[in-house]
Amino acid sequence: MADISTTFLGISSPNPFWLASAPPTDKAYNVNRAFEAGWGGAVWKTLGEDPPIVNVSGPRYSAIHSNERRVIGFNNIELITDRPLQTNLDEMRQIKKDWPDRALVASIMLPMNEATWARYLPMVEETGIDAFELNFGCPHGMSERGMGAAVGQVPDYIQMATEWAKKAASVPVIVKLTPNVTNILPPAKAALDGGADAVSLINTINSIMRVDYDSLTMYPTTDGMGTHGGYCGEAVKPIALNMVAEIARTKETRSIPISGIGGITDWRDAVDFLALGASNVQVCTAAMVYGFKIIDDLVDGLSRFLDDKRLALDELIGKAVPSVTDWQYLNLNYVEKAVIDQELCIKCGRCHVVCEDTSHQAITHTVNGERRFEVIDAECVGCNLCVSVCPVDGCISMQRLTDGVDPRTGEPISLEKADWTTHRNNPMRKTK
Amino acid sequence: MSKSEQQADIRSHRLDKDELARNFADLHPPLSRSEALIAADRCYFCYDAPCTTACPTGIDIPGFIQKIRSDNIRGSAHTILAENIMGGMCARVCPTEVLCEEACVRNTHEEKPVEIGLLQRYATDPIFDQQTPLFSRAPATGKKIAVVGGGPAGLSCAHRLAMLGHDVVVFNRDDKAGGLNEYGIAAYKTIDDFAQKEIEYILSIGGIELRNGEMLGKDFTLQELRISYDAVFIGIGLGSTNSLDLDHESLPGVGSAIEYIAEIRQADDLGKLPVGRRVVVIGGGMTAIDIAVQSKRLGAEVVDIVYRRGPEQMGASRYEQDLAQINGVTIRHWARPVELLGDDHVTNIRFERTALDSDGRLRSTGEHFELSADIVFKAIGQILDVGMFGTDTVGLEIRHDRIVVNEAGRTTLRDVWAGGDCVADGDDLTVTAVQQGKVAAVDIDRCLRGE
Repeated sequence: MADISTTFLGISSPNPFWLASAPPTDKAYNVNRAFEAGWGGAVWKTLGEDPPIVNVSGPRYSAIHSNERRVIGFNNIELITDRPLQTNLDEMRQIKKDWPDRALVASIMLPMNEATWARYLPMVEETGIDAFELNFGCPHGMSERGMGAAVGQVPDYIQMATEWAKKAASVPVIVKLTPNVTNILPPAKAALDGGADAVSLINTINSIMRVDYDSLTMYPTTDGMGTHGGYCGEAVKPIALNMVAEIARTKETRSIPISGIGGITDWRDAVDFLALGASNVQVCTAAMVYGFKIIDDLVDGLSRFLDDKRLALDELIGKAVPSVTDWQYLNLNYVEKAVIDQELCIKCGRCHVVCEDTSHQAITHTVNGERRFEVIDAECVGCNLCVSVCPVDGCISMQRLTDGVDPRTGEPISLEKADWTTHRNNPMRKTK
Repeated sequence: MSKSEQQADIRSHRLDKDELARNFADLHPPLSRSEALIAADRCYFCYDAPCTTACPTGIDIPGFIQKIRSDNIRGSAHTILAENIMGGMCARVCPTEVLCEEACVRNTHEEKPVEIGLLQRYATDPIFDQQTPLFSRAPATGKKIAVVGGGPAGLSCAHRLAMLGHDVVVFNRDDKAGGLNEYGIAAYKTIDDFAQKEIEYILSIGGIELRNGEMLGKDFTLQELRISYDAVFIGIGLGSTNSLDLDHESLPGVGSAIEYIAEIRQADDLGKLPVGRRVVVIGGGMTAIDIAVQSKRLGAEVVDIVYRRGPEQMGASRYEQDLAQINGVTIRHWARPVELLGDDHVTNIRFERTALDSDGRLRSTGEHFELSADIVFKAIGQILDVGMFGTDTVGLEIRHDRIVVNEAGRTTLRDVWAGGDCVADGDDLTVTAVQQGKVAAVDIDRCLRGE
């Protein structure tokens, strides 16, 4: 099977799967179990100044479930480590000694003054860690104290603190970004300008999960009051992928290596991140939901996938980035129509009703008096809604028209590319 | 055959109390909340859903399942009961495998439909357990309607009429209302006196007076009702069991399946019921399956169902046939009884093998076989006792022993409606009777309002 050992910023690990800085990496006990299970690396739970912070003793987590109680989205209000710094440092030193082939990264969060960074970083680095990850991401609790996302939301602060860290550290510095911004590029650029060796993203998203339907308070609460937490898990992956791809495809930021984070649950999620530009990935929620054993599927699945594709891991990284572009460059001459495979169709009618109610009235429900769902090419805009809602995998597919006339527009099909930048309806069009 | 061998082996207490309790526990135990949520998640929420089309009462099935999914159980029950006030019983006794669940699109690739029946029960059980009112009455119309028959058709009609603001008197032949729900369904399909719980709920809407023990043709006539009430709905069941047309049919040991099923349902102690060692059931419908399986579960050693045609022609669904077989009942097809044997009690029954001739008609093959039997149950259908309508009902058209009605349940008498097993086009299902009662009530209302 394909070798999936990686070197990220010169740090080698037997596979590209690191545990993200979070509860699973809070103690040597957990990290030992993770490494025994086969994880390639761990970013230690974020360290802070002594005396340590304190956590609530009420609920820290809550989840959005499917009816089968599968965790779709996950929320936490846990802060950084609540253990004394020395305890963490001692354990980190021992872990690195016991597991020299695994990546060990120290996540750190400090107040915004240079002296503090200069004081703490060498102390931490002395444990033998492979790199620092600067936590500019946590959206809850610590951000109220001017740290975490409060830094990550201001590019100038990111750059400033990154510079301090680079000055104080001799190992590589990764900057962990918050997604709680309108545009991820300025923070990424700031990290790069501050000298960061890499960025990691995303941290969690500001969120309130729901209300309690009995008490009509937010849920969960600590003694009747709650606060917004950080949202993660499968549901956030698309948000993370977009931010990773934006950094990877933008000229000003694409040189910076990326550690991808956000909802990775099985190996396919890892393929998404890697192909869109991440060089390795970090996982937390899936481990918190299923335990460390999921590393088996992540490693095995990725390795077999690379075998099937005859790709080396390095060749997968960024493979899909060239396919990501701006809307304005999409080929407006390209025409697809949905096609329903009548052999596979179970006649649930979902495609019909969603097209009828919310889209283009392009799918029949009755043909010659029979319940039958067929695409009306003269109405179909190729939107993919029916494909998205069809419960039968592979039943509806999109097929390209390559000749003749589009029955919807009456326009001849052209194989020549033409996008918005030159379209006649665009008042700002470029002339050829 | 010696005299002692001819002695019929019929006795009670064939099984001990615990075994009987197990055998007569809920056939399909209710879903837990987590089971229900998972089952509900399998529903695709189809457009113009085939399951709804397949439901004789037209329940919005995807709609009620979506409400289960969102934990809106009362709303779900309302969706069900608004179309079918006996949705609780139907959840237990409907042959869903040939109705909603057969139509489920999940069958196409999985052969495992959404468990609609069990989900319907999940949604409705709390309503009947807690007698939660979901329906109210429209302003009183001052009209009074007589409903003859306290079974599914009659009670469904009465409930809908009460909802629409009319007052109703239900004349019911038996000591308890419910008709076949109370007397004619296998005990393990409706445990814990559910039929009565459902009736209590139906009556709780108000405006319905239930008169038990009053029988058409005996205690009152149709003509009297037509004079005293604004409209009459006839929802009587079928009276007497069809005859085998054989000699010695009155021989002890030869009996009606329907009557014994009623005895089982009404028994305080199942152990006291007399049970034959060898039981032969003649017939191929649900009643045949119910009596055969219950006999087996009461401790009968050998139970045979004999049906004159093949499995496809049986009135009992394939699921019911399988149920009989996994309970150790032998189903013998293509044979009909020709002779009942025995001196002072039935001992044997002789059959001839049948086949279809080239015109598709049943014919004898000339081959015979015999089964020994301590009890023979007739489960070959029932007939309407036309005599009870009396002579003063000229104009009530009856064809093939059933009352003729139009789509709205109107008989050929302008102020008389009918539904349930007593009308033509019925399929002898509770759910169909409920629908016919409901449809007739809506039409009666429309007529009385002069629309």
